[in-house]
Amino acid sequence: MTDLIRLTAAELAAKIHSGEVSSVEATQAHLDRIAAVDPAVHAFLYVDAERALQAAKAVDEEVAAGRAPVSPLAGVPVAVKDVLATQGSPTTCGSKLLEGWIPPYDATVTRKLLEAGTVILGKTNMDEFAMGSSTENSAYGPTRNPWDLDRIPGGSGGGSAAALAAFEAPLAIGTDTGGSIRQPGAMTGTVGVKPTYGTVSRYGLVAYASSFDQAGPCARTVLDAALLHEVIAGHDPMDATSVDTPVAPVVAAAREGARGDLSGVRVGVVRELVGEGHQPGVLASFEAAVRQLRDLGAEVVEVSCPSFDLALAAYYLIAPSEASSNLARFDAMRYGLRVGDDGAHSAEEVMSLTREAGFGPEVKRRIIVGTYALSAGYYDAYYGSAQKVRTLVSRDFDAAFGQADVLVSPTSPVTAFRIGEKVDDPVAMYQVDLCTIPSNMAGNAAISVPSGLSDGLPVGLQIFSPALQDHRGYKVAAAYEAARDAAQGGSLIHRVPELEVSH
Amino acid sequence: MPSISRDEVAHLATLARLAVTEEELDLFAGQLERIVQAVAKVSQVADQDIPPMSHAVGLTNVFRRDLVSPGLVQQQALAAAPAAEEGRFRVPRILGEEA
Repeated sequence: MTDLIRLTAAELAAKIHSGEVSSVEATQAHLDRIAAVDPAVHAFLYVDAERALQAAKAVDEEVAAGRAPVSPLAGVPVAVKDVLATQGSPTTCGSKLLEGWIPPYDATVTRKLLEAGTVILGKTNMDEFAMGSSTENSAYGPTRNPWDLDRIPGGSGGGSAAALAAFEAPLAIGTDTGGSIRQPGAMTGTVGVKPTYGTVSRYGLVAYASSFDQAGPCARTVLDAALLHEVIAGHDPMDATSVDTPVAPVVAAAREGARGDLSGVRVGVVRELVGEGHQPGVLASFEAAVRQLRDLGAEVVEVSCPSFDLALAAYYLIAPSEASSNLARFDAMRYGLRVGDDGAHSAEEVMSLTREAGFGPEVKRRIIVGTYALSAGYYDAYYGSAQKVRTLVSRDFDAAFGQADVLVSPTSPVTAFRIGEKVDDPVAMYQVDLCTIPSNMAGNAAISVPSGLSDGLPVGLQIFSPALQDHRGYKVAAAYEAARDAAQGGSLIHRVPELEVSH
Repeated sequence: MPSISRDEVAHLATLARLAVTEEELDLFAGQLERIVQAVAKVSQVADQDIPPMSHAVGLTNVFRRDLVSPGLVQQQALAAAPAAEEGRFRVPRILGEEA
């Protein structure tokens, strides 16, 4: 493994901008790494080496000409979850239905990455249409966890998280509807951030559950996540739910946090998220992390959010309801797969045959559940009630943030499980999202930062911030990360086992 | 306890334009039954007077200037079409045989 791929994005950017290392060298090092380890990890669905090297060369020319970098991350490679439209590169959402689809436009996040001079390496694997918690629902096969190749990397953004943990990319983009950035972060020993809903544009993000979907940064350090956050966030008129406020000062907060002083910060432990269903090793890691926060000067209090007990159930009604509506666009008429167009079948039959052939089992299950929840006769009992629960979850957060500046919990109740272990039991799979869903329900910000290992597998600490106060979580996460590295003798991610390299 | 029958799953699949197979119906009926049972506990708040929340951001009537900006040209719009003819999307017949 070359040193270039082990650097943080911030370190790599400094070397590129000073001319010590070229972006082409850095990009080539990551492409070589992908070629060597991705046959085993399968983090990527698509890699465009030529385009990446071209983008890198453009940055190197700017540096050589003595011009200031267009952004703090100019020249740094990034991997993009395959749910964001990339003009000229396939965007499949992990689905056979969109196999080979090349979008005629860029998502706003994609455009911002390109304008910032980052080097897009390719598209990462995911559960089909972001529906899943393990990346096993990808139509193109699962991604494997670099910490143990027999285990899942979390989901739905398992590809982005695994790419970071396997040192195939220093940065990645994820999307988080019920935890799909944070939970894979926790399970791969990487950092994952769900920004406040509405602060990163959803334009060009293929919709799953629009009132929850939010793109965000994935990285190996809190500072790197913050740097990427500031590149992709900001108001966008192309997204009607985009919030027109300045981007939270997350980079400054990460730098401030890294100094290690949390005095005056009140940290609330959410009682409902540290009990039943958690593995003992996860709870032990969480308790140690809370002690560390106290040692850093934080005041730790306990808060109660009783409605969180209903959040998971409400999510698994609202999200499928929105999905059943959103995925109606895949009608075999304008793009994507078409099956049964033989002159004998009607348009409606072609639609049904195409969707049957193009969607995998979990997508079908969610479409059917959503159709059920929105049916006359069930609407009030299910969808209507779920929306009331959403109000209660939001109120619980408001009350808790009255007592604490940030809230904490484990990110996932379990560590990475074995591939195949839960695929036949959807309800057990849904339980994995227990701790991450409340933040999507309320639309606030949450970050997952590695808190150590349990039986050799990573555990994540989740830090919630009030809406538009994303910087609070970054400060606490950065302080914790520095203290953890000091206490554990170095960065957790460098303890990931060496992968067998294929030649 | 709420329940969802195999016939109901078949009906829902038709509504959702999914030509599911008999094997899928067998599989899904049991799984959806368990899913619906797991999520049905939300109905305990059904009778409570709580305003529903549909969205995290309370934005209404978001306006932007009605400016002309470049869109897709015909060739781009049709580039990913499963079938195109004479610069248009070609679609299967939309009426039944008897129409």
